[in-house]
Amino acid sequence: MYELVAPRDIFGSTLVEIGKVNERLFVVNADLSAATKTDKFRAEFGDRFINVGISEQNMVGVAAGLARVGFIPVMSTFACFAPGRCYDQIRQSIAYTNLNVKIASTHPGLAVGVDGATHQSLDDLALMRVLPNMTVLAPSDQVQTRKAVLKAVEHEGPVYLRIGRMECPVFFREEMEFEIGKAYVLREGTDVTLIAHGSMVGVIYEAAQILAEKGIQARVIDMPTIKPLDQAAIRQAAQETKAIVTAEDHFLCGGLYSAVCEVVAGLVPVRGVAVRDTFGESGTPAELYEKYGLTPNSVVEEVFHALH
Amino acid sequence: MNESTVAKLKKAALQVRMDCINIQKLVGSGHLGGSFSAVELLVYLYFFRMRIDPQHPWAEERDVFILSKGHASLGYYSVLARRGFFSVDELKTYRRINSRLQGHTQMDSAPGIECSSGSLGQGLSFGLGMALGYKKRGLPNLVYVMVGDGELQEGQIWEAIILQSRLCLDNLILIIDQNRLQLDDYVRNVSGDENYLERFRAFGFHAIGVDGHDFLQIDQAFKEVQPGRANVIIASTVKGKGISFMENEIAWHAKKLSAAEYEAALAELKEEEASLCMN
Repeated sequence: MYELVAPRDIFGSTLVEIGKVNERLFVVNADLSAATKTDKFRAEFGDRFINVGISEQNMVGVAAGLARVGFIPVMSTFACFAPGRCYDQIRQSIAYTNLNVKIASTHPGLAVGVDGATHQSLDDLALMRVLPNMTVLAPSDQVQTRKAVLKAVEHEGPVYLRIGRMECPVFFREEMEFEIGKAYVLREGTDVTLIAHGSMVGVIYEAAQILAEKGIQARVIDMPTIKPLDQAAIRQAAQETKAIVTAEDHFLCGGLYSAVCEVVAGLVPVRGVAVRDTFGESGTPAELYEKYGLTPNSVVEEVFHALH
Repeated sequence: MNESTVAKLKKAALQVRMDCINIQKLVGSGHLGGSFSAVELLVYLYFFRMRIDPQHPWAEERDVFILSKGHASLGYYSVLARRGFFSVDELKTYRRINSRLQGHTQMDSAPGIECSSGSLGQGLSFGLGMALGYKKRGLPNLVYVMVGDGELQEGQIWEAIILQSRLCLDNLILIIDQNRLQLDDYVRNVSGDENYLERFRAFGFHAIGVDGHDFLQIDQAFKEVQPGRANVIIASTVKGKGISFMENEIAWHAKKLSAAEYEAALAELKEEEASLCMN
């Protein structure tokens, strides 16, 4: 069994860890610090923390201005509010200016659960990955999330970080180095390749085990960087396995599935497990994943579609 | 401010208006109305007030001007060029392919351009972030943010105003270019009440009203800025100022000059030039 920890908790403590050694780190909050866990940073470094109020558009501008004068701002809210509530501000004041702002959004996808569709961002990766200059990260477990936050702050330029809320199994070992733009192969296989990010990494891993029982060897890839995508790993999968199946807690349109298709369109069958053209609803994360097909069995089904 | 300074600033303003019609004629686009309403304010800031060095445009100790109403780029670029940030000749590349002078401003694309704007409502938040950062770093830099009165319809501006009413960053001075016209209509027909002095005072600001085309009044207004307060200068201006047939005409938001209109505008500016030389 794996140890289960929620990535957002590690996000809060990692900011404190960075704050101790990097005086340029500045945390910008729009009245959700208790939920996004940036309150830990405020407790230690109140002088480098601001609650701008319930005003996400304004938060983007304030963060951009802080970056312009040399700080490394991490602005944090729920993924439905950034980018959802402030896309144009991110586009003009962060991406176009190429300013060194980190947009760290928690509570992504159906995993939000009972808060319902208004709070379930299923479009954030699509919105962020189309922007020039933007790096897009969607780490999975707590170890990888910590390392991704460290790298995002180290990276010069805008970064969108999608930080999970749901507890998930740990696959990323402490001794592994996290690199932006790198895919991580969790399991070797030659029949089919399964690729996922965030909370769905555990799901494809489980699917691979089911497939193995049926005599299909699946390569399992954890893809924490959505942009720049590890194109080499995807091309290699297209050459060495017969099909690719992606899985994500996001709309099928515009996320990892689309990104993978852009690399290998026509070369190999690609199928996606994701939320189709519909909004979510209230329910527990497990119920929602079941109802909207974000399950190991859905992945297995798509593999059979792809291979036959 | 003495008389010779006023005369010098008036000449600079005239030169900027000349540049604007010449460049607009050459490239066939550019927003004259909202550029002309802001000319005296821009000239005052760049030729008199701000601590800047065009030879070192990114010097850490510079004051910063944020043009939130990015469509006034034509007049703004002319001011930057005349102040020496780049050559006046480069104005001819405005809005053309491969130019550093984009249709709406792009931060750092050319020296002196401090923000990206064009989508309205974003400059005050950006300026607040900078002013907050300067305060946190203990630096004396001042940040000036210019917003249009039509632009005040953007919700983000009021998010930022609420934040500034709390932070009271006195190293930021907000300037409203109240030219009373927007693209479709008079601002009063869209926004209703135009008493921005009262509105800003209700938000706790120290609000100063001024004729935005009178250099002595502008200078006086900036002297009245108070420490420890959120300050705003509400500049009453005329859209299209300086060309009789453009003034207060909604059509001149971004209208292209015809050949005859160009000649008429040029004649008016030359007349103005002659009267300035006589004084």
